[in-house]
Amino acid sequence: MRLKRLMAVLGAGVLVACAPVQSGPTSSGTDEKSGQLRVWLFDEVNRAPKEGVVKDAIAEFESAHSGVTVDVQYIQVQTRAERFKAAFSDPKSAPDVAEFGNTDLAGYVSAGGFADLDLSKWADGKDLVPTVLDTAKVDGKVYGVPWFVGVRALYYRTDVFAELGIQPPKTLDEIAPLARRIRQAKPDMLGISAGGKYLFAALPFIWAQGGEIAKQDNGKFTSTVDSAQAKAGVAKYAELVKDDICPPAQCAGNGGDASVEAFRAGKAAMTIGGDFNRKSVDASSAAGKYGVVPLPGTTPGSIAPAFAGGNLLGVLKGTQRKTLANEFVQLLASKKYQQKMYSAMGNLPTFSDVQQQVAESDKWLEPFTATLKAGTKFVPVTPAWAKIEAQTVLPTMIQNVVTGAKDVNAATKDAADAMNAAFSS
Amino acid sequence: MRGHARVAFAYLTPALLVLGGLLAYPIYQLVLISLYDYGQEQVSGGAPLTFLGLGNYQKLLGDQQFWTVLGQTVGFAAVCVVGTLLVGACLAILCTRVRTWARMVLFLAALGAWSTPAVAGSTIWLFLFDANFGFVNEILGTTGYSWTFDKWTAFGLVAAQVIWCSFPFVMVTLYAGIKAIPAEVLEAAALDGASTLRTAVSVTLPLLKPILIVVTIQSIIWDFKVFTQIYVMTNGGGIAGRNLVLNVYAYQQAFAASEYGLGAAIGVVMTAVLLVITLFYLRALRRQGEAL
Repeated sequence: MRLKRLMAVLGAGVLVACAPVQSGPTSSGTDEKSGQLRVWLFDEVNRAPKEGVVKDAIAEFESAHSGVTVDVQYIQVQTRAERFKAAFSDPKSAPDVAEFGNTDLAGYVSAGGFADLDLSKWADGKDLVPTVLDTAKVDGKVYGVPWFVGVRALYYRTDVFAELGIQPPKTLDEIAPLARRIRQAKPDMLGISAGGKYLFAALPFIWAQGGEIAKQDNGKFTSTVDSAQAKAGVAKYAELVKDDICPPAQCAGNGGDASVEAFRAGKAAMTIGGDFNRKSVDASSAAGKYGVVPLPGTTPGSIAPAFAGGNLLGVLKGTQRKTLANEFVQLLASKKYQQKMYSAMGNLPTFSDVQQQVAESDKWLEPFTATLKAGTKFVPVTPAWAKIEAQTVLPTMIQNVVTGAKDVNAATKDAADAMNAAFSS
Repeated sequence: MRGHARVAFAYLTPALLVLGGLLAYPIYQLVLISLYDYGQEQVSGGAPLTFLGLGNYQKLLGDQQFWTVLGQTVGFAAVCVVGTLLVGACLAILCTRVRTWARMVLFLAALGAWSTPAVAGSTIWLFLFDANFGFVNEILGTTGYSWTFDKWTAFGLVAAQVIWCSFPFVMVTLYAGIKAIPAEVLEAAALDGASTLRTAVSVTLPLLKPILIVVTIQSIIWDFKVFTQIYVMTNGGGIAGRNLVLNVYAYQQAFAASEYGLGAAIGVVMTAVLLVITLFYLRALRRQGEAL
């Protein structure tokens, strides 16, 4: 009897509370002009120079706005997903302004996290590089100001190349034979350090062959990673992660950091690295013995389209200080402070004229600005991308090919299926 | 009698309330969420909730990879449980046979392994087995050999680490159990002329059975739910995900990808599988005439 009564009570409870919790709409109507502005920026391995620039900006901002203080919190890149998810679910704990990676944008916007920005009245805004500004757009609306951009190019060891009497590759097809030749001559060196999880190194190979990872029709994405061109690119990249260039046992598990690490340790003759890797390579055993060229395309003189990574500054949708938040974003992302950030951190600016200036004063940047100028590409702008990334769909595809677990056809087919499932969910 | 029952019930109520709050409610939420399309958009109110019914389960059970991972998890847990019990039991027996100082050393070493946080322990093992700079490769003269590349050596390495950090519990519990066996019983067996083996099989083991059962069930539950060791040591599930176990799979496919509904469904399936395994085990014991 008692059990029955208990079941009845439980049953009633189920009926009453029959849906998981949802937090309410996060947009707030208020727009206060004083008080504390909360800002989240990413922590860095060497944060002091970044903090210095940010402090300057805050001082300028606070002196221009009386009664306003700015509180900056540095958050870890690794745990950003949890932090932002929590912030979107509970606007009270959320900042007003935040730095975030451009690949996270679509997911954050669809979660209702960021407000769209009106940059039309911002004088600096018109000089933003268009392909870079595109990485801040969802459905034509801008949700962040590109703060800096990161592109990758081909690092190579000048001493090794001189010793063997070889030149940096002129086309994408030359990379594998060249790398093979180096490893043959120096068996304890990787011909090129190319990781099985290093998606941003593999993407240019796909794009250079004319392939895409997805296409968009009427707002709906479909994976094209199993198209003939994309397959050719995948095969070309996977060729590098082989025993005679970069053995899978050593390289298949590597992402970007580990791939560059092998080059830093002096164990690789080439690698694909970003402009942001410069300081760490200069502080390694490869310092002074390396050069950088753009990753070549399929024909001599051409450049393979690179992935336009980088971070944005955005305004949270739930902010109660919308105007102040917008003004702070436009100050911190202005030409003046991007220039300072470049001097402090080496971050590539997102304005075409500022880019030109820094490239002229520093020849080392030339391969990177040339790569930017040749045209960059981006991952599909859809919340599904965060899912595809979390599920490691594309790295798994590359790893399946390099370990021989699946051939290119099967691996790309599976990846395309997984991507399409994410797009349609 | 009725009055007694009522008083007993009143005494039990606080415990029931705590259990209800800490166990029943989360499980209720888990099941509930597993019936919805519940992603980050839905949590933060950017999209309406859609009731899927058993949709998440259908999707999960229709996924080839889920079955592969489930099989791997069961196999991996089985190896870990057997290994943990064997190592723990052997060392417990050893403890009863050696001098006090040796026992102290053994206990301290075991407690050290036991109290090492899983992340730290996994990382230390990775250092030891590092392909280029690892101590193990240096001793074996196999510098450059990657222990975490091949599917089976990777699983073996992680299993060894799991056994290393979970045998102390078995060892300490069994040691206490052996020590609690009255000396008279063993003396009586000796007087009856029973051999050491005979005493172990006919006297010690039956007396230890209740403790062994608890220890085994604990180990099954722990090892089935291994997360940290796999996540840290195989870098999130190994090359192309070939070292995934259910918990890591749930995290990667569902929680990291903000598919909380699907993740909850995996959680429900895991709970169900664990319950079934444990019930089977208990029933098998009962058939042998043993009850917990």
